[in-house]
Amino acid sequence: MPEIIKSPPPPSTDKRWKIVDATIRRHGYQKHALIEVLHTVQECFGFLDEQALRYVSAALRVPPSKVFGVATFYHFFQMKPAGKHTCVVCMGTACYIKGAPNLLQEIEAKYGVKAGETSEDRQLSVLTARCIGSCGLAPAAVFDGDVAGKLDRSETLQRLQKVMQL
Amino acid sequence: MTPTAQVVTLTIDSKQYSARTDETILEIARQNNIFIPTLCFLEGLSGWGACRMCIVEMKGSTKLFPACTTRAAQDQVITTDSPRLRQYRQTIIEMLFSERNHICSVCVSNGHCELQSMAQKLGITHIDLPYRFPKMEFDSSHDLFRLDHNRCIVCTRCVRVCDEIEGAHTWDISGRGINSRVIIDLNESWGNSETCTTCGKCVRVCPTGALTRKGTGVAEMEKDQDFLSYLRMMRGVKS
Amino acid sequence: MTAAELENVAEIENAAQASYRHQIRVCAAAACLSQGSDKVKDNFDKEVERRGLNRDCQVKCVGCMGLCAEGPLVAIDGLEKMYQNVTANDVSEIVSSLETKPVERLVCSTDAPFFKRQTRVASEYCGLIDPERIEEYIAAGGYQPLQKALTEMDPQEVIDEMTKSGLRGRGGAGFPTGLKWGTVAKARSGDGRKFVICNGDEGDPGAFMDRSVLESDPHRVLEGMAIAAYATGASLGYLYVRAEYPLAVKRLKIAIRQAEKMGVLGSGILSTPFDFKVDIRLGAGAFVCGEETALIASIEGRRGQPRPRPPYPAEEGLWGCPTLINNVETFANVVPIIRNGGAWYAGIGTEKSKGTKVFALAGAVKNTGLIEVPMGTTLREIIFDIGGGIPGGKKFKAVQTGGPSGGCIPEQFLDMPVDYESLGKVGSIMGSGGMIIMDETSSMVDVARFFMEFCQSESCGKCVPCRVGTAQMLDLLQRFIDHTATGRDLALLEELCDMVRNTSLCGLGMTAPNPVMSTLRYFRHEYLEHLQPDRDAAPAAAEVTA
Repeated sequence: MPEIIKSPPPPSTDKRWKIVDATIRRHGYQKHALIEVLHTVQECFGFLDEQALRYVSAALRVPPSKVFGVATFYHFFQMKPAGKHTCVVCMGTACYIKGAPNLLQEIEAKYGVKAGETSEDRQLSVLTARCIGSCGLAPAAVFDGDVAGKLDRSETLQRLQKVMQL
Repeated sequence: MTPTAQVVTLTIDSKQYSARTDETILEIARQNNIFIPTLCFLEGLSGWGACRMCIVEMKGSTKLFPACTTRAAQDQVITTDSPRLRQYRQTIIEMLFSERNHICSVCVSNGHCELQSMAQKLGITHIDLPYRFPKMEFDSSHDLFRLDHNRCIVCTRCVRVCDEIEGAHTWDISGRGINSRVIIDLNESWGNSETCTTCGKCVRVCPTGALTRKGTGVAEMEKDQDFLSYLRMMRGVKS
Repeated sequence: MTAAELENVAEIENAAQASYRHQIRVCAAAACLSQGSDKVKDNFDKEVERRGLNRDCQVKCVGCMGLCAEGPLVAIDGLEKMYQNVTANDVSEIVSSLETKPVERLVCSTDAPFFKRQTRVASEYCGLIDPERIEEYIAAGGYQPLQKALTEMDPQEVIDEMTKSGLRGRGGAGFPTGLKWGTVAKARSGDGRKFVICNGDEGDPGAFMDRSVLESDPHRVLEGMAIAAYATGASLGYLYVRAEYPLAVKRLKIAIRQAEKMGVLGSGILSTPFDFKVDIRLGAGAFVCGEETALIASIEGRRGQPRPRPPYPAEEGLWGCPTLINNVETFANVVPIIRNGGAWYAGIGTEKSKGTKVFALAGAVKNTGLIEVPMGTTLREIIFDIGGGIPGGKKFKAVQTGGPSGGCIPEQFLDMPVDYESLGKVGSIMGSGGMIIMDETSSMVDVARFFMEFCQSESCGKCVPCRVGTAQMLDLLQRFIDHTATGRDLALLEELCDMVRNTSLCGLGMTAPNPVMSTLRYFRHEYLEHLQPDRDAAPAAAEVTA
């Protein structure tokens, strides 16, 4: 009897998982597409966390230790954003035209951290994402996992300050 | 015998032998009681060719070849032992001893350790390389087994046996270079592993005291590796 | 797409280009882009539009013109006028000067040795065509060699031309390309599949030749791969490119799409029964994946660790199938060889090193950038004539070739010809083409340490000699830097160099000691100067076994 392979559900309804699924599909669910899929995860989320690795392992039917081994072999893959707090500024088209670069500029001016970097005291990592699926709230950013939208320069700093105090 | 394999004659240490082209130099040597030292190799597992202990000289090339993965070919002339090879092999053992924290006197595998036996066999009395003393952990979370990174030589026998024989692929290597470590699942503790079947094959094939059975004393820590050839026989894998 | 249609595309494009009075070419390769050449191009578009000169002036993005040190570069009408260090503010003045005298302060002299002494074969179209338009590639003659191979030559004839040309692998090892193709062609495949892989994992720090070719002339590489696939019996290909080259990846993706649409790639190429599909695979930050078997492991979705050879990829490669792996620059040479014939290529270069080589000049040299010269050109000519010599009035000390696998060549060898054999004799290698020039301010011990640190951090960790050896050698070199090394440390360092070189599993480990060994050979006194004061007498140079 032919085996019907059920794809596992993505870890959340975050629309970025659809992009990851698209890469998996484009490569025909083949195990050898592991590195390509990890690239897509990192492009979407900025780094590879445990949840993502588990999902990729299940979706491609590759043993978890193998996924971990591959992810940690290649230095391009970030296993975690290095700072205690993360601010992911969305650079999707909608957010971009609504001034997302200004938000980054503001963060850099106040904290001295550019996108892709972590502050000296390792308190803050700033990352950019292709699209977090909050286009209606553009420009949007994620502060330690919480999405905030319709941001302006001052509100971005306010939110960051609040998050850093925790 | 694979369909395309031919029978050839080659010379090892000035004596001629016949062999098949799907046999490795190491296999031919062992059939004929020629000693070539090995560490990462284990019969029944795929060849890894990484410890470099089994390197041999081949006429016509300045390179050295690992006997465990190099296949026989017509008119090969191989030398398995020379002062140069002996010196290189000693340095490999010294490198392993200097790499992590191998302290035989407090290890449960003292007397039953392939790294230790190899050092003794090669006549190593002291290590010339500076000891690195890296800070390494151990994992005692599993009910029956213990992993001690201090004693691991990253031979990958555990990875290979779990992947090829048990089929669970619980083990793999994380990181690279000198930061390589054996890991379980997503770098989880052994006690929490979802894939480990507690079959104990990895412990049996581990050449050192990196993987051991809990509750064993030094005299008891012998590792029985005969199960590999038995399993191959049971599965109809041609030896 | 038939031969006639291909010619038609070329004709139409050439006619369109000829209809302009002026052609303004702005370099849009990575280096110039990082200096703002995109803004320069935008301003040209705006200025031309503003003055209503759209019919007269063609403004286009092109690939690398070589003199990266003076970018952004803009070329007007062939090489009649070349401008350097162009900013967006200069655009207006340049457009005004199109019909009159050139803007003197921006002129980049194309009479200089940097331009005159080059022989551009692999990079012949770089800087002339827009890399994002297949029509320009076809108009320049592209895909005609593929057409010729598919319809006028049989696979063995193609291999014979490659053998006749004497082309050797440009990734660094210098293996005869025709011989490699022949081996793959003859190899039997269990499931009938054979693969062609382009190695674009240019990892040597200081080397950017492959990046330049991929960004400036991607179709050339695709065409070379297709010709190779025809010759060897492959129908599937992979282009393995570093993830750190996003512009190259982008241009390759565009090129593949355009080529498939045009019918020069994919199924039934140029209306023949020949199929060849190419897919891109990204690297992920592992220098070791430039090694063939590690690269294969990476495409197979595994950790990029090499395996012992034999068996060689030509016989057992990707998924166990016969696989041809060649470097970007090697493929870039295939097209002119098939077009002009192997004998023509063999007429350039030296007896054992035929053809040309692209070098990336970097370090203490005036004209940093990319050059292509015939094999056999001397170091002196490359560094002082073409390269413009050492800036700041400093003295030449050494030139490093071959990256972390190579060696440092001192002053006394400046008149040696650059070819595979000569470089080997002085303790270095050709490598991929990175050439770092060092002046008197460089510490050779520090250079050795820099490369050993690189090798140690890039070691895959599989084999003991490289994994532990590079770490031990790095620690020893650090002791020299710290002036705490002893004579015994020096002896140990040399012993480890010999052992790691001879027992490592792959080329990374085997060549990691080269920078140390070559600096010990020519700059031993610097090591001695770094010894702890008043310690053991330093030993004489250790015997090095081949």
